[in-house]
Amino acid sequence: MGVFLALVRRELGIAFNALTGYVVVAITLLLAGFGLTGLLDTLNSDRTDAPITEMFFGDGLVFWLIVIVITPVITMRSFASEKSQGTYEALMTTPVGDWQVVLAKYTGAVLFYLASWVPMICVLVGLRQVAGVPELLDPRAMAGALLGIACIGSTYLAAGIFASSLTRSQIIAAMTSLLMGVGVWASSLRPSGQGGSGDTLGRVLDHLSVTLQMKDFARGVIDGRALVFHLSFTVLFLFLTHRVVEMRRWK
Amino acid sequence: MSDESPMIEVRDLTKRYPGRTAVDGISFTVGRGEVVGFLGPNGAGKSTTMRILSSFMPATSGTVRIAGFDVFHEPDEVRRRIGYMPENNPLHTDMRVRDYLKFRARLKGLGFNRSRERVDRVVEQCGLRDVQKRIIGQLSKGYRQRVGLADALVHEPDLIILDEPTIGLDPHQIRSVRALIKDLGKRHTVLISTHIMSEVEMTCSRVLILNQGQILAADRVEDLESRFSQDGRVVAELCATADAVRDAFRDLPEVESFDISAAAGDHVRLSLSPRNGTDLRPLVFETARQNGWALRELTRSRHSLEDIFIHLTRKQKGEGR
Repeated sequence: MGVFLALVRRELGIAFNALTGYVVVAITLLLAGFGLTGLLDTLNSDRTDAPITEMFFGDGLVFWLIVIVITPVITMRSFASEKSQGTYEALMTTPVGDWQVVLAKYTGAVLFYLASWVPMICVLVGLRQVAGVPELLDPRAMAGALLGIACIGSTYLAAGIFASSLTRSQIIAAMTSLLMGVGVWASSLRPSGQGGSGDTLGRVLDHLSVTLQMKDFARGVIDGRALVFHLSFTVLFLFLTHRVVEMRRWK
Repeated sequence: MSDESPMIEVRDLTKRYPGRTAVDGISFTVGRGEVVGFLGPNGAGKSTTMRILSSFMPATSGTVRIAGFDVFHEPDEVRRRIGYMPENNPLHTDMRVRDYLKFRARLKGLGFNRSRERVDRVVEQCGLRDVQKRIIGQLSKGYRQRVGLADALVHEPDLIILDEPTIGLDPHQIRSVRALIKDLGKRHTVLISTHIMSEVEMTCSRVLILNQGQILAADRVEDLESRFSQDGRVVAELCATADAVRDAFRDLPEVESFDISAAAGDHVRLSLSPRNGTDLRPLVFETARQNGWALRELTRSRHSLEDIFIHLTRKQKGEGR
């Protein structure tokens, strides 16, 4: 356990010792700021009783833009930079288990990802205080949105870690996970009108649609199937990463 | 496990990469407390062998045991006993020296207090006290090398494996790193790879010469030198005329051939090759004494490790053709 914590601390250390960590937070805040101005415009023009979490996380593009952009930046260095700098060899010749390394890198990425959302959440809470309209931020919807952020982030980050384990180039790692991220998001988009297209394929795609899942989360609706979906993909990608790490020991 | 088992025991070790055999069926043992130099040109298979020894990657075939533990089947036991400094000494350049060493100590399974104690110790041992708060990326290469050594030492391993520890250092830094390595030899078994001969001559008790994945020679440095210096030529400078010297050495059975050239002053320089590996120095001295020549130099040319190395590796190249 001590070893695991030392590794996680190291992962967080990298993020905050180097510029990348701050760049990620800055990008998140900048994009979130754009989202917020849009949100304020909407609130000023229309009367709406939808909670702001739904407007921001469910309908807006900004949430997806942030997730798709920052997850590759967070994960690209995890294995790739260690491999290109040679520190991977130093790491893998200590008595640390392969799983410990994979999980520590993943945990570090998740913690950093969650931390970069904190300012945005504070802004939403602050907005509710300033507006003096408590209904604006329904606690259940907020909890759902947070769960959604965590779930979607965990899948995207696991895919990013996997991409990073495949190569020694951070650029290739980032591009691969960006491509996967955009692909999953794009395949979730529906031609206007609320999903629910009659045929079987359409229904299957609706179940796999991450944007529809996030809409539910942002309304405070927690769907077990979505949780299982993200848990499975996270486990799958971490398992694949472990296989890649282990591969060097194959004869 | 037992203390009698040799520190390193390599049997028929082979490593093949697609299209290339890096290490070709080598076997050797290294006893406890030895300082062994792994000598070979670039691409000879030194780093590959070291990576297998430190259980970073598996061999294609053959077995390697470290302190009695198999590197493939018991990698954790092996890693606990090895301090390995990979080629080019990779470090986390964004960390501070002390934090880095503590981090590495924790990875190697030392507890919180124990790692602090050990870091204090290796910081002293490697002369890092003045820079322990500095960021590694800002240190000179010599200091970074010491950080790498401190890292290799921090968990008190039985065996220390250093892959080209002095590469890219200036002469002063090389000196201090060598002194450190020599010092390590008192308490640890050390295996260092290098292609610098003088380094092996200065620090190692035994040498393994590797070329194209095969071991060409494995012996003590002095033994290798004396083995190869049997055809050693003798050089003398005498105060005499060239003709007189030629007459004196012309028909001696011990002398295979000789050569006379003028030297500075009224001396001549005589160089002799022996016939059966006899040492010609007493003969030269006796002849000079009988003729009343002043003798101002008499040396038997020793083959340096470098000559031996060039000789061995060139021979193999020739055979390979």
